[in-house]
Amino acid sequence: MTAASTIETPVALAGEPAVDLEQARAHGLTDDEYRSVERWLGRTPTFTELGVFSVMWSEHCSYKSSRRHLRMMPSKGPRVVGGPGENAGALDVGDGWVAVFKIESHNHPSFVEPYQGAATGVGGILRDIFTMGARPVASMDSLKFGAFDHPRTRYLLGGVVGGIGGYGNCVGVPTVGGEVMFDAAYNGNILVNAFCLGLARRGELQSARAQGPGNPVMYVGSATGRDGIHGASLLASAEFDASSEAKRPTVQVGDPFTEKLLIEACLEAMQSGAIVAIQDLGAAGLTSSSSEMAARGGLGIDLDLDRIPLREAGLTPYEILLSESQERMLLVAERGREAELEAIFARWDLHAVVVGRITEDRRWRVRWRGKLVADIPAVALTDEAPVYDRPARAPSKAAATFGAAAGAASNLGAASNAAFWPSPAAALRRLLDSPNVGSKRWVYRQYDSMVQSNTMAGPGGDAAVLRIKGTKRGLALKVDSNPRACALDPYVGAAATVVEAARNVACAGARPIGLTNCLNYGNPERPEIMWQFIRGVEGIRDAALALGTPVVSGNVSFYNETEGRAIPPTPAIAMLGVLEDAGRRVAPFFERPGDAVILLRTAAATLAASEYAALFAANGGSLAPLDLERERALIEGLVAAADRGLIRSAHDVAEGGLAVTLAECCFNPDGVLGAEIDGMPDRGGAEVFFGEGASAVVLSAAPGEVESLRGLFDGIEFAVIGRVIGEPRLRVAKVIDEDVPELRQIHEQAIARRLAANG
Amino acid sequence: MRWGVVRFPGSLDDADALWALGQVMGQEARALWHKDEDLGGVQCVVLPGGFSYGDYLRCGAIARFAPIMKSVVRFANDGGLVLGICNGFQILCEAHLLPGALMRNRSLSFICERVNVRVENAATPFTCAARQGEVLRLPIKHGEGLYVAPDDELRAMEERGQVLLRYTDAAGHQRDAANPNGSTRAIAGVANETFNVFGLMPHPEHAVEAALGGEDGLKIFRSVVMSVERKPAAASTAVSSRSSI
Repeated sequence: MTAASTIETPVALAGEPAVDLEQARAHGLTDDEYRSVERWLGRTPTFTELGVFSVMWSEHCSYKSSRRHLRMMPSKGPRVVGGPGENAGALDVGDGWVAVFKIESHNHPSFVEPYQGAATGVGGILRDIFTMGARPVASMDSLKFGAFDHPRTRYLLGGVVGGIGGYGNCVGVPTVGGEVMFDAAYNGNILVNAFCLGLARRGELQSARAQGPGNPVMYVGSATGRDGIHGASLLASAEFDASSEAKRPTVQVGDPFTEKLLIEACLEAMQSGAIVAIQDLGAAGLTSSSSEMAARGGLGIDLDLDRIPLREAGLTPYEILLSESQERMLLVAERGREAELEAIFARWDLHAVVVGRITEDRRWRVRWRGKLVADIPAVALTDEAPVYDRPARAPSKAAATFGAAAGAASNLGAASNAAFWPSPAAALRRLLDSPNVGSKRWVYRQYDSMVQSNTMAGPGGDAAVLRIKGTKRGLALKVDSNPRACALDPYVGAAATVVEAARNVACAGARPIGLTNCLNYGNPERPEIMWQFIRGVEGIRDAALALGTPVVSGNVSFYNETEGRAIPPTPAIAMLGVLEDAGRRVAPFFERPGDAVILLRTAAATLAASEYAALFAANGGSLAPLDLERERALIEGLVAAADRGLIRSAHDVAEGGLAVTLAECCFNPDGVLGAEIDGMPDRGGAEVFFGEGASAVVLSAAPGEVESLRGLFDGIEFAVIGRVIGEPRLRVAKVIDEDVPELRQIHEQAIARRLAANG
Repeated sequence: MRWGVVRFPGSLDDADALWALGQVMGQEARALWHKDEDLGGVQCVVLPGGFSYGDYLRCGAIARFAPIMKSVVRFANDGGLVLGICNGFQILCEAHLLPGALMRNRSLSFICERVNVRVENAATPFTCAARQGEVLRLPIKHGEGLYVAPDDELRAMEERGQVLLRYTDAAGHQRDAANPNGSTRAIAGVANETFNVFGLMPHPEHAVEAALGGEDGLKIFRSVVMSVERKPAAASTAVSSRSSI
């Protein structure tokens, strides 16, 4: 472990603070971790080295609390081309194309500085995709805000949506979908999870594994500044408290124009074949990309900081190494082809600069002004970073963060009188007006969803559908999360989220083929949180195995707490599906009067974790168990029904339950229709109309196809519950008889009206 | 006919315009690089949508100084057809090839949605495939599309028929609620006095396939094809004069 091959030892620089245990603690390292650093080096680290260890061993970079559990996730399958370990996973989607996709959190920065936090979240995930050699073709976002009437919500909503649009619209990648939820549980810690999908030709994926000692290391993109220093360690790997506002300087500032140039220039440079390995500079900046590329290749790297383009004079080695300035890439070039690459980048007005070399001796070595300032075994920063098996303990019932009435405990602050039970019609109107159920048009209207000319179904439906140009194929995408269910049962909730995302993709007619996840949890040092996390991973594992949808990439965000109060467990799942024939895609809206309306269910609905329970402070009870085999059968049936052209519409029953779903089915943008629902499968109370517990789908089909359809859903409850009518009225079981345009207006204005109100 | 689509750094809908023209319409369409001055003998230049140079100073303000713009201005002044879409419209205003300017939407936010525009003058090279008063459904996606010009200028433009497209409702009625960005007189697209330069905020290249939500944008491109093919002599003269650049 000692640096036998070097004679020099890194030196302390003038003016640098002394390094001792106190200093290490201030950097967020534990006493044990600091002793481990000393063991790796056989000496006291320099201040620069201490900073480097502290970011690379932070939760955000090292996954030290989650890594051993993430290995549970199934990551293999016949379509898998690359899996966890590279920057993003890839799946073969046919006709010579592979899809690369990943979702990643930018929660903490977005809470401190919503516009830049969200913008750089989009920028970061885009780089994760194009660094693999894939052109980014679609973005989505999963957003969780506090209660709508919380004083900060409006500011955070405007900032986050503005940042996503400001960045995404300017790089030419359409934002095709996403989800937005408001709940008091996120008052002190919003969630911003950004997803990106890219497409590459099979065989043209790029590696992030350094090869060839002597090969030059080149830096491309924006100059390095002081922004984002310790974003990963101090901001993302700690809870929020009163001092969090002061961490605003740790938030990076995005430049989407440079990102667009980087996308085009990098994709062009990759075509030249002169790039051996490439990785973006994300969390922990230059330090992580250089050490990770070297470690993956079992090699070392020599970096010369004097060659790094700087935004201002006077940056110390510590600052240069830890800067999280955006829009930067590091690549290993084939020796002798530097000029060729420089010319390609120059065409896009970008400078590519040689800043180091790949070495054989597996050490990560950094020089500045002729002095050695860091000399660390590369693996000590990456694979050999600490891994913890943190204690996990199920909370006692009484101590549960969110009790049986999770919805009620974390409700929107809307219902104060639990004794008031509205009529079904009144409840339907109230639900359509809820920002969680109502149209998110105010949000997605601010995103370019069309650029690149592939969007067949954009935001506002279930799954988004893209075509793949030059083929008949289509891809369906959906991101889902269900924190209320996860609060009741972190295992069932997580599994149900996977199933829901898959079901949405299947409603569009696509076969779900793989997923990426963003696991948002509280402080893993608390055993109850660790328990939630492990149960969540197990739920995702079991559902992914049952559905045959490998987990190709993912991200963990811990420490989502403010002053000791954790968010509910919130795994966000983004599912990818393939349509063999994009022309067979299915929309959620009723199309033709006279069609049969069919309800498919895997179990009876309950009010557990429902928006209804949250809105009317109802006790939803507990979640129904999930039968994964039956869920798989429902999804298979939907794919087959679309493939055979038997259905005209399919809409997942989600927030708000069946009555809301039926109303949404009537909101066809080409002209509203109505529905006459007189064959509800069961009698009873609110759970029938507004329950969300079960997996359910509303289909419409020509009456002549009903019997063929029934045969596709063996073991699934299949009921013809009514028919589509031309008259724009929604009539359900003699208790709801509403004007559809009126309902649509309520739904359409749910968010916009609130923002306009106390403007 | 031969089309050229200029690619500025930060252009985004350049590939979409090339797709619409080349793949959907079967036209000969090529990309023109902003650092070049050669227009390559094209018969219509398209300045596409996007955020050229990041639009950091003012939309289109930097792009107008790109080397290729010298040639585009000369081409336009010689009577060549120039179509500016969204950011391209902003660049044409900055380059003084079109009157007026584009300011931030009255909502102060970016808007992406399908809107209705009424064809106000169907007797131009950019609208002749549509009927006078026809309502086209086209997408908009911009943050700065509020058209302004001095009153007397606007009056003169209206008299000369330079306002080619106006935001309306689906029935073709001009209503404030149907004006997505607050444009003066609901103006969505204007031509120069000689009707060879046209700028519009809506994106015809994103409305060329039914599978992607509509085909009304084809009418704009087909108009150009019709007008070029109707005047073969004039077009070939223009080509020969350009080849001397």
